[in-house]
Amino acid sequence: MRGVTLDVKRGEVVVIVGPSGSGKSTLLRCINRLEQYDSGQITVDGILLHGAQNINLVRQEIGMVFQSFNLFAHLTVMDNLMLAQKIVRKRSTDEARKISMDLLKKVGIPEKINAYPSQVSGGQQQRVAIARALAMNPRIMLFDEPTSALDPEMIKEVLDVMMDLAKEGMTMVVVSHEMGFARAAANRIIFMDEGQIIEQGPPNVVFTHPSQERTKRFLSKILDH
Amino acid sequence: MFSRRKSESPEFKVPELENVPEAGVGYHIDAWWWLVVLVAGLIAILSITKPDPYWRIVLFVRDGIGVTILITIVSFVLMIFVGMLGGLGRLSTNKLINLVTTLYVELVRGIPLLVQLIWWYFAFPVIVRELGQATHISFLANYEANAIFLAIFGFVFCYGAYMSEIFRAGIQSIPKGQMEAARSLGMSYFQAMRHVILPQAIRVILPPVGNEFIALLKDSSLVSAVALADLTRRGREFMAANFDPLQVWTMIALLYLVMTLFSARIVNYIERRTKIER
Repeated sequence: MRGVTLDVKRGEVVVIVGPSGSGKSTLLRCINRLEQYDSGQITVDGILLHGAQNINLVRQEIGMVFQSFNLFAHLTVMDNLMLAQKIVRKRSTDEARKISMDLLKKVGIPEKINAYPSQVSGGQQQRVAIARALAMNPRIMLFDEPTSALDPEMIKEVLDVMMDLAKEGMTMVVVSHEMGFARAAANRIIFMDEGQIIEQGPPNVVFTHPSQERTKRFLSKILDH
Repeated sequence: MFSRRKSESPEFKVPELENVPEAGVGYHIDAWWWLVVLVAGLIAILSITKPDPYWRIVLFVRDGIGVTILITIVSFVLMIFVGMLGGLGRLSTNKLINLVTTLYVELVRGIPLLVQLIWWYFAFPVIVRELGQATHISFLANYEANAIFLAIFGFVFCYGAYMSEIFRAGIQSIPKGQMEAARSLGMSYFQAMRHVILPQAIRVILPPVGNEFIALLKDSSLVSAVALADLTRRGREFMAANFDPLQVWTMIALLYLVMTLFSARIVNYIERRTKIER
């Protein structure tokens, strides 16, 4: 990445688009320090990340959803949701169970509580992953190409959950190629290329009247199909 | 022994396959257990039909069996801990820890186990005594080697290095995303290791660790070189008095065989029980 400056307001939904290798995922992963950066600073909800004595405390407030779901394969869906609640947030088993059940209902798969990740479909796994991140009551949710590894028929169920989340006012930073979702849910689109932010603005501006040449080229390749 | 295929969870029924009989459901006897029975039976037949020398041999060496089993089990339990620490050390980003554990592994893997055991038993006490004399600490200067203690220590020290590599490879085989997800939820490195990585790594590690147990069981015979009265040593003592190489060593071999075959079945059983669907 080369000189990126970004502000995200509380409750804002920001979708980052761009060609592969543009640094979108890297930027996202810097926010919760999964990637290290050489210079500059990141502040999340007033906490300066670089000087954060305990990165673990900060990460509790940041929820992350991965392209490859990364559910804990040796645990049931319910245990996946409860684990961090119990050992990080120190909630009681009953409290954690209740919160987990509510979240599973919210993402639409309450019947899967005792299944193992390998026994549910990709779309269901990703919804569990979203529930798992939400279980920690984060202040901001990061999505790293959440639907890129899904078969087409399962993309909608995940995007619907993300839409609901956006409508509820969750602060979201999403890296995605799903332009339909971006148009419908985003407050702001950010176009990145070669490690820099080329352009940003509301979806109806960026998608229909992009000001930069590179943006136009990228969008013409994506929006045609 | 009997085994039963774990049934699938209720919500995972596929309608088209409802009428197809599930393979392996119900009880079936694992064929390999018959080998254990066979060898044990052979020992029994030899002892009963020809008590002299076979039953005499068994009686003479039976305390050696106890020593063999004791050394193997104690060393095994301890070396698992060493392996876990060593494996984590080899993966550590701390340069000093990484250097120390890497040197340890390279050193140990470069010297034959027998030489190491002999070194601990004969050379190590000399160093301790000289150190004691130089520093005038009497309990060091008068140090006498305890055979069993040093033998166990020697096995743990040597096998611990191999176990470290097994643990390291097992931990590294877990996809990076698992650690990333755990850390993203706010878990510390050690919490992630304990609750997410190691439980999954255990299932990968179990087969090679099981093999190490059986290898250790056989390598325990090396303590016969450092004056420990294990099964092999007792066999040699009997031979020295009775000059019966064929009968003695055949019986000793059968005794080791029944132990290793039995252990292999246990290891296999544990592997099957902890198998995880991916």
